[in-house]
Amino acid sequence: MEIGLGHYLTVAAILFTIGVFGIFLNRKNVITILMSIELMLLSVNINFVAFSVYLHDLVGQVFAMFILTVAAAESAIGLAILVVYFRNRGTIAVEDINMMKG
Amino acid sequence: MIVESLVFYTFSAILLVSGAMVISARNPVHAVLALVASFFVAAGLFVLLGAEFLAMTLVIVYVGAVAVLFLFVVMMLDISFAELRQGFLRYLPVGGLIGLVLAAELILVELHWTVGSQPLVKAAAPIPPTDQVSNSHALGHILYTQYFYLFQASGLILLIAMIGAIVLSLRSRAHVRRQSIADQVGRRTEDAVAVRQVPTGGGV
Repeated sequence: MEIGLGHYLTVAAILFTIGVFGIFLNRKNVITILMSIELMLLSVNINFVAFSVYLHDLVGQVFAMFILTVAAAESAIGLAILVVYFRNRGTIAVEDINMMKG
Repeated sequence: MIVESLVFYTFSAILLVSGAMVISARNPVHAVLALVASFFVAAGLFVLLGAEFLAMTLVIVYVGAVAVLFLFVVMMLDISFAELRQGFLRYLPVGGLIGLVLAAELILVELHWTVGSQPLVKAAAPIPPTDQVSNSHALGHILYTQYFYLFQASGLILLIAMIGAIVLSLRSRAHVRRQSIADQVGRRTEDAVAVRQVPTGGGV
């Protein structure tokens, strides 16, 4: 059976769902939430590259590279905020982050 | 063709299993290692698709930098992870229901959706034949000409992220005695040494 676009999209969809599921399950743990976001971005990247290859258009791979850049920046800033928060409060429980009541 | 299918299914299975391990592992270090494994097999899928440059970038950027950053933070912070997992079983039914619905919707849409044999729009940057131009070469050619400004902008994003992370995590403590080079160099003899006439039998 030949591997087509649908196969890659299905894998990416399941991976995206795992990411969403991870955010729901680990509501307290910021590190796991950040890792779930990384998983979701990875699945989006798989979608982009699969479309790029099967539509014979290179722009999808360029865009996937930009997503990679933004994801790296996001995780660096997120972990820096996490370290500062842990230094101030001594915990990383998300539910305690309510000082800035919006 | 059978080899390609076999490799695809193996990589996809490992990817999904390690993805599930990321969100369910008790030990956060194991979760980070599962994340590394999922990035590796995703890079394998990219190679299978024919996007070698992105595959290598994924390994270098994610496994080399981001995952190590996660590992570093997990090991540096002294966190009781058992406490953080308390709501795990409480959120499991609702989260599982939403996840199943989402996955079913996405898969149903994608299985019943096909690309027409004739694409409606012309490709913005057609992939050149791979036996003449390699993937990295083609990507570099389009990245440094057509998308040059966006490429520079993404570099700026990385610079801002770097400065932001440094500014956020830099700490200046109040009561720490530090060496001040300027004060040491600017010190003069007149300020440091005083000659006094001390009377015999008296103190200073």
